[in-house]
Amino acid sequence: MRALMGVIGLYLAVALALPLGIMLAKSFEGSGDHWVGTANYVQYFSTPALFQSIGNSLRVSILSTVITVPLAFVYAYALTRSCMPLRGLFKTIALVPILVPSLLPGLALVYLFGNQGLIKGLLLGHNIYGPIGIVMAEVFSTFPHAMLIIVTALALADARLYEAAVALRATRSRIFRSVTLPGARYGLISATFVVFTAVITDFGAPKVIGGQYNVLATDVYKQVIGQQNFQMGAVVSMILLVPAAFAFFVDRVARRRQVALLSTRAVPYEVRPQRGFDRAMLAYCLMISVFLLGIVAVSQYAALVKFFPYNLSFTLAHYDFDRKGGGGWGSYYNSIRLALLTAIVGTIVVFVGAYLAEKGRGFAAGRTVFQFLAMLPMAVPGLVLGLAYIFFFNHPANPLNGLYRTMTILVVNTVVHFYTVGHLAATTALKQMDPEFETVSASLKQPFYKTFWRVTVPVCLPATLDIGIYLFVNAMTTVSAVVFLYGPQTELASISVLNMDDTGEIASAAAMAMMIFYTNVGARALHAGLARCLERRTQAWRRRGS
Amino acid sequence: MVRGAREVTPYLRIAHLTKQFGAFTALDDISLEIHEGEFVCFLGPSGCGKTTLLRAIAGLDIQTSGRVEQAGRDISALPPTKRDFGIVFQSYALFPNLTVAKNVAYGLENARAKRAQVAARVRELLDMIGMGDQGDKYPAQLSGGQQQRVALARALATSPGLLLLDEPLSALDAKVRVYLRHEVKQLQRRLGVTTVMVTHDQEEALTMADRIVVMNHGVIEQIGAPLEIYREPASPFVADFIGLMNFVAGTMVRDGTVRLGQVELACEADGFAPGTAVTLAIRPEDIVVQDVRGGEPNTVEARVEAMIFLGSFFRADLAGPALGAATLRADISVDLVRRRGIAENHALAFRLPQERIRIYPGSPVHR
Repeated sequence: MRALMGVIGLYLAVALALPLGIMLAKSFEGSGDHWVGTANYVQYFSTPALFQSIGNSLRVSILSTVITVPLAFVYAYALTRSCMPLRGLFKTIALVPILVPSLLPGLALVYLFGNQGLIKGLLLGHNIYGPIGIVMAEVFSTFPHAMLIIVTALALADARLYEAAVALRATRSRIFRSVTLPGARYGLISATFVVFTAVITDFGAPKVIGGQYNVLATDVYKQVIGQQNFQMGAVVSMILLVPAAFAFFVDRVARRRQVALLSTRAVPYEVRPQRGFDRAMLAYCLMISVFLLGIVAVSQYAALVKFFPYNLSFTLAHYDFDRKGGGGWGSYYNSIRLALLTAIVGTIVVFVGAYLAEKGRGFAAGRTVFQFLAMLPMAVPGLVLGLAYIFFFNHPANPLNGLYRTMTILVVNTVVHFYTVGHLAATTALKQMDPEFETVSASLKQPFYKTFWRVTVPVCLPATLDIGIYLFVNAMTTVSAVVFLYGPQTELASISVLNMDDTGEIASAAAMAMMIFYTNVGARALHAGLARCLERRTQAWRRRGS
Repeated sequence: MVRGAREVTPYLRIAHLTKQFGAFTALDDISLEIHEGEFVCFLGPSGCGKTTLLRAIAGLDIQTSGRVEQAGRDISALPPTKRDFGIVFQSYALFPNLTVAKNVAYGLENARAKRAQVAARVRELLDMIGMGDQGDKYPAQLSGGQQQRVALARALATSPGLLLLDEPLSALDAKVRVYLRHEVKQLQRRLGVTTVMVTHDQEEALTMADRIVVMNHGVIEQIGAPLEIYREPASPFVADFIGLMNFVAGTMVRDGTVRLGQVELACEADGFAPGTAVTLAIRPEDIVVQDVRGGEPNTVEARVEAMIFLGSFFRADLAGPALGAATLRADISVDLVRRRGIAENHALAFRLPQERIRIYPGSPVHR
């Protein structure tokens, strides 16, 4: 058991800790690999063109957060506390942005509000290229994440508190302020920091729709890809790491408190119909859904018209990716390969790792270090991780040097990039199992792997499927980390969206982004089917007491 | 059987066992011997160290220091897989995705086992627990009592030399619990397997165990047969934890005589200096109300302060000038109350039998 844990620990060390460590060192080196102390940082803060990005990043991040969280709160409130119809459908619609790369809303906004945009007039002369566009795209991208967190927080309501408040003759607004909001406060804090982190570290939206408005994430890209100034890229990465890491720790604390808030004796809150309120909520959800689906629909529309806005006749020419330069259809197949490999390899590594950390006995110090390494990826922005990989794997002295630009390194990187969420899901599932299973097996003289294979894996199968689909979808949409790591043979669909947008093939970029969307929809449908099939097959033993 | 085994070497020997969790001492120099075929209960309040001791015997939480021997073999440092025991937990810990038969067969399946043999053994075990027709069900389809019986069959499948039961009946309904107590005890006696059970339920320990080990704060307070523990509790803790006990302040007059309020009572205690403050203890059911004639030794006159009806008997609070500040609780049968017309505020004479009075050093601690 220890040996296996050592292997996975080593993986996290090589694929995460070492690259980050080397990048930190790089930020203190000159172009000749020699130590220059804080000179790079001094240069950064004395160049207004660079450090202005900090203010820009904070501005769009705060603005996006302030808009997204209340929007998501009302939506989540409608889903959990109203009796409006089609709540399941509205929840599914709100999850659509998860299935598309963060480049897609930017592309759609170009068609809606760009120089020849369909509804350009609504901007009253303002330019979409810049903070307005970034914020709109980020609201779209981060909405589902905020919504999911707040739904969870609101679903944990204890009916007894509401009954007590009503018995004490509290008004509706007072109940909302004194019971509902405090009950969801950690969810709100968590959502706030998750959205903030997602926006400040996102690279896709500002790249496509940011125009001349520089933010930290695009600066990293420009320094590295544009100017080949790796040291300055490292400095910007370190600066980007600060708010992300801070937000991560606040979020962790908030989540822990949220769990503690609900006692096991809580009585679930039951929602009663209220016509006026339910109708208002329905109208609100319709509005949000139109926005979310509209962005996707515009993207699809753009991919199917000949030459927007001059020739709106139907064509499939934009799907002829092979003639658009870049990776062509090959990049799409690369993405499928990456997503499948990441889902399979990642699920196994994540689940086995979580199992060893959770069920292992003794070796407490090792397990603590492992837990820390498993949580770390959540705090590291993708761009930072990608740049760290360049420094580590592209170093001539590294024996793993040959991996650079291969599919292997893309898989290794993507698994690490999305490690934490899977690890948490696996840990939760494992914690729900009776801790004495391993003891009983030991007393029956059975090796631990037999229990793992015959009991742990079957019982946790739904959770492992969830981890697999999560990894698949993210591997399909991710841009940030892999943008530094792909090679001519391993270009990905999401990166080809980026590259086609760069060369002005916006319609083809939208077409490819939609291919990613449909692939993810298909994968999700397959996952749902599998999960339902599994549930039917195992319902005999999953049913609670007779 | 147990008596005969006493002369030979014990099956399980625990010597100077200590377990520390950081600064907290969970087990403090525990020594204990358990004989082959014996049913021993570790009894004590939560946090007394009984479960820690069981887990040390199983090798699940290895002791900080001390020795564990099983069948003459030093197993102190062995991992659970190298030890010889079967275990049953309060949570049953049945594998939810395996049928009852597969659960029971779990420990029997290995490369050498023949399928037919395994199947036959499983059938035998299921018949033994009276669930021969339920092998194809899943644990979630069974009641708690049935699940616990399956867990027991699974633990016994490999015929271990030692059976460990960790609060096995605590999660069950009161009626099922009483029924299973009997059944587990019968099974243990039939198989003759040495058994250690951890429980916080005194009734469970009294009805099931050959010997009870009463624990508190990581040390053993008393080891003895159920009747011995009940009749002659070695300390006020044991007296209070098992059954109900009156504790009142007394003063030693001389060897064999103690003063309670205004009366002097004969008792079986010596070695205390005259004038020593002691705790006098007597169980409510040992106070004799029937056929008390004046002038008999250890007879006291008092008044019934209050009476509670408890179904098969009344519990009366007795107080009066003779008792000083003390109040004694006495159990009086329904029949006697009716015949003698005993009621609240009536005077009542009663006797504290000499051999039932226990004397502990020091004043009673308010509990």
